[in-house]
This record gives sequence, structure tokens and C-alpha cells, in this order.
Amino acid sequence: MATVTYSKATRIYAGTERPAVDHLDLEIGDGEFLVLVGPSGCGKSTSLRMLAGLEDVDEGSIYIDSRDVTHLPPKARDIAMVFQNYALYPHMTVYENMAFALKLRKTPKSEIDRRVKEAAALLQLEEYLGRKPKALSGGQRQRVAMGRAIVREPQVFLMDEPLSNLDAKLRVQTRTQIATLQAKLGITTVYVTHDQVEAMTMGHRVAVLLDGVLQQVDTPRELYDKPGNVFVAGFIGSPAMNIKTVPLTEQGAVFAEMIVPLGREQVAAAQANGGDGKITVGFRPEDCDLVGATEGGLPVVVELVEDLGSDANVYGHAALDGGSERFVVRTDRRTMPNMGDTVFVKPRTDHYHAFHAATGQRL
Amino acid sequence: MSTTTPVLPGVTSEKLPGTAAGRVRKRLNTRAATVVSIIIAVLWTIPTFGLFVSSLRPEQDIKTTGWWTFFSSPAFTLENYNDVLFGRSASSGQLANYFVNSVVITIPSVLFPIAFAAMAAYALSWIKFRGRDWIYVGIFALQIVPLQMALVPLLSFFSRGVTLAGITLMPAWNLDDEQKFIQVWFAHTCFALPFAVFLLHNFVSQLPGELMEAARVDGASHAKIFRTIVLPLITPALASLTIFQFLWVWNDLLVALIFAGGGDETAPLTVRLAELAGTRGNEWQRLTSGAFVAIVIPLLVFLSLQRYFVRGLLTGSVKG
Repeated sequence: MATVTYSKATRIYAGTERPAVDHLDLEIGDGEFLVLVGPSGCGKSTSLRMLAGLEDVDEGSIYIDSRDVTHLPPKARDIAMVFQNYALYPHMTVYENMAFALKLRKTPKSEIDRRVKEAAALLQLEEYLGRKPKALSGGQRQRVAMGRAIVREPQVFLMDEPLSNLDAKLRVQTRTQIATLQAKLGITTVYVTHDQVEAMTMGHRVAVLLDGVLQQVDTPRELYDKPGNVFVAGFIGSPAMNIKTVPLTEQGAVFAEMIVPLGREQVAAAQANGGDGKITVGFRPEDCDLVGATEGGLPVVVELVEDLGSDANVYGHAALDGGSERFVVRTDRRTMPNMGDTVFVKPRTDHYHAFHAATGQRL
Repeated sequence: MSTTTPVLPGVTSEKLPGTAAGRVRKRLNTRAATVVSIIIAVLWTIPTFGLFVSSLRPEQDIKTTGWWTFFSSPAFTLENYNDVLFGRSASSGQLANYFVNSVVITIPSVLFPIAFAAMAAYALSWIKFRGRDWIYVGIFALQIVPLQMALVPLLSFFSRGVTLAGITLMPAWNLDDEQKFIQVWFAHTCFALPFAVFLLHNFVSQLPGELMEAARVDGASHAKIFRTIVLPLITPALASLTIFQFLWVWNDLLVALIFAGGGDETAPLTVRLAELAGTRGNEWQRLTSGAFVAIVIPLLVFLSLQRYFVRGLLTGSVKG
């Protein structure tokens, strides 16, 4: 059981100017399940590998508990890692795969046997212990990779997109299994994924990265309800939030004929620091209603309707500021429009997110 | 194609009908192709078969009629083999002794380069150090040096050592009699290393990096990773390299003649066979059995290792 602390940890690859991970400050509590999420190339895997000791740390430090592990080799860190492609040793049986690390530590045979059998029982792998990885299905291989980490009883679990090679159904299943397992074992876990649904459903807290810079770290609910900047707002949530930069008046943000009212401080903050009379406003697809033509909604021409069974996503374009902007609205199936219809969209005024037009920070 | 490995979901079969490789494979699977390959195989084998039949015929028959007459008037004897292996007369070959020499030369000359090359291949692929790529390019480039160019320098290295500006960097080896085996082992190892490193490096560097990282996280040192992960996974490459190197050393005449000399303490079979052919030209019934004695070991090596050629050990380690 341990905490993990990144303190200004930086990684710069030779021959590149921009750091892959830029002064990352992050504290992960004992027993916490923290998810690192972001688009590809954002530095999430690099951050994880820095913690694993597979990647050098160029500046700053990393601590496990109060121990500085910045320059320790992987084997001195007492961590276990689950790789994206599982990295099972192909010439060893499932049992040998799981026992490998323990053997290297000269754990007594009886102890190894006990731990491997325990982990196998936990993961329903008992009948496969004598098999080689190539005789297992994808899901079973994934479980072996998990088992290999569990038997170590490490201070920290590191998982690098462990579900990305599974099919959709199995992924959802395994997602809950991993979360349950982690809660049961109570081992601090750092989990990397590019899938925001995984991040939101599994993590106690979620850290969003972009271009090597930590954007925001918070609980999934906070992240969803109060995104710290435009990037987080657009990244978290599916379909993505409608984010538009529009002119700003004293009353609020101007959406064509419609005005989204803003507070006095928000208007003031938006005008400071080169706001230039503009403001970025976002509202989630589910936070708006389809209203009648006369009720002051924004006219949107429907281009695509996704019927999800429970509800429907309506995609379309609206004329805004002389350009044409894309909008997504989630609506009840019963009021689902047809393609080519014009609908009138009215955001709920208490559910919008306002950001500074230039800096992208939340107001 | 018959295969016993289960087809895994998600792993695409290599037999895609649309690809060029798929088309070639399809064509090679036709009956006509099979017939042609059988004919080629038979034609190729006939001379060796004839040699084998001859080696079992009495001296008089060999010298007067062709080997195919064996089938119309069979006469069978092991006299030739007895003669070349254990005969006491000067002209009889005494191959048993040279056979042992060949074994003594070949086994270390195969094991040394392959062991060194495997370690070098691992280091050049997976240990990060300055100048790694240049060292690899240098080793790779050494392949263009013809073996014959190195004979004289190497011989002088053994007999005179290395001196630079009057300072002896390395004394002469002064090896005599049986010690000359060391020279042959050394020479064969030198000549084999560049290609062996190149071949194994290709193989080792293709292993998935995640495996090495997983092993490092599991707590394995480089030596441990090499022994427990890399070596088992490159067994097919090691086996094919072993076969090539074995055949090369076993059949080698030049290097052995120069570094082991022609004396009966160190000279291998090939040297002796060449002598038999050269100086005992009129008793060539012994050559037939002598050739077969020389073939036996390579055949055994090939048959025992060939299954590694066709076996891919990597299936299932990582998905992709």
C-alpha cells in the first residue's frame, strides 16, 4: 500500500523540443484508482513508464511513499505492470508466467504455489495453469497478465491500456472486473487509457493530459460537471459538448438571435486578458431542449439522427456569426426529428459552461 | 495445409487468398507442382544414392561396372568401410582417427561463435549504450572481407604474435600438435561471427520490446533476460545457424588444412579425403565409403534440428 507522487516530473526525448511530459505534478493517494487519459501522444503512457522506471526522468522526481524512486531501476520499485499487448512469455505456461517474478525474488516454492493458485482462483484461470499463452483466448491472456501483476503483491499496479485489445463486449465486462478487483485488493493503481468512458467508469479520480501537460485532475463527476478548460470540456463526454466561440455583450453570449445570459463577474473576466469581445460557451447535448419555432431557439438543420434505443442523438448545422457551426443534441426518442428537418435548440440556461475565448480557462 | 495449432479468434490466418503470397502458396499446392518437386528431388539424390550403392560393392565390381548393375547382379560387402575406418595399411585411410579429429574441431567451432553471437545480438539490440549502432554496422561490414584475405595475417598472428613499433602487444602462441585445435577453433569463430551476429541480431531485435520490459519490471537482470526469455525464443534461429555453421565447418578443407596442418593428430576427415583422392587415385573404392563416413554426422545434425526451421515459437506472445 503506497502513495505515488510526481513532482515536476519531466521527460524530453532526444531530438525533440517539446517535452513528452512537462512538469507533471500529481499526487495519488493510498489505494486510489487513478486514470490517466488523453488523446494519443499526450504523454500518458510516458508518464506511466516513468513511474515504472522504463523511461528516464529528465527533470523533477517521482516518489513512491516517501521513497525517491526517480533513478531506481524497475525492479527496485516494487511495482507490477500490465502491458497493452500483455507481454506474456510465450514459451512459459500460465503458471510459469505468473511465478516468474516470484522465482526471481527467490520466494520459497510453497509460497509461490500458494500465491499463484490464489490469483488463478481469483481470475478463474485454474484450469488453464498448464497451458501456454498461444492456447488462450484474448480475454484469458488479459487475465493472465493481470494475474502476473497480482501475485507480486506490489506497492503499485500500473496498467497501460490493458483492455484495448479486447472486443467491445468483453471490454465492458473486464472493465468492471478490474475495478472490483482493485477495490478488493486495495492496491494503489495507475491506469492509462485513451477511452474516456473507461476513465469515467473506473477511476476514483481522472487526470486529463494534453501535449504532456496535465489539464485537470478530479473525480469523474467534477470533471464532467466542471471541466477546467475547453479541452477537458470537449474531451470528456460522448457525444462531445457543443463548444462555440461567440460575441459577448453585457447581457451574455450571443447565439444568433438567442442570448445565453451570463453573470456580471463572468462577463468581466471574459473581457480581461485579451478576451476581445468574445466568449467560448459550451453546453452538453443533453442540456438543451428542442422547442417550438417561436420560442427563441437556435434553428438547426438536422443532418443525422442516431437512434440509441433509450434516446437519440441529433446532429446538425446552424448558421452562426456568418459561418455554419455543428451542433449535437440528445433528445427523447418520441420527439425525434427526421433528417432535413429544422429544429429549434435552446440550451438550459443553468447548464452551460463558459470559458475565456483566448486562454480557454473556465470562468 | 495440415496444422495442429488451434486457430485463435482475432489472429488472422496468413492464407489470405487475395495477397501475392497467397497466390504463390496456392500454386505451389497443386498436384503438378508436387510432381515436379518430387522429380527434382529424385534427380538430385541419384548421384548420392549411386555413391552409397558403390560403397557397398566389392572392389572388383566397382572398378569394372557401373553402380546400377548392382540391381541385376547384387554383390554386397562391408569390406570398404572396414578398410577406410580401421585398416592398418598406409593406403587404407584410417578414417576413424580423422573422424574423431573432425568432431573435436567442429563442436567448439560451432558452439563458440553461436554463443558469442547470441550475446552480442542481445547487447546490440536491447542494451542501450553509446556507439551501439556503429559497432553493429562495423560488424556487419566485416562480412565483406573474404576469408582468404585473412588467412595470412591470422597465421602470422598465431606464429609471431602482434608487435607494433617494436613493442610486443601479443606474444606468439607457439602451439604444437594437438594444441593446434585451438588455432582452428579461433579461426572458425572469427570467420563465423560477423554473419552470425547479423543473423541473430535480426532475430533478437524483432522480439517484442514489451517482453523485455515486462521481464525488467518482474525484476530480471540483463543476464537473466538473455537466458530465460531471449534464448528460448530464438531457438529456431539458433538451430538453423547451428546447422549452417556445422555443415560449413565439417566440410571445410581450407581453414583446417592451414591452421591444423596435415598431421594425423589434428587433420580432419576432409583433409584425409582429399589426400585419398589425390594420392590413392587408383584405389577409389575406398573413397566411396570414406565419403559416406563423412556424410553421416551432418545428416544426423540436420535431421535432428530441422524441425526448428518450421516452428514459430512466437505465436501467442503478443497480439498483432
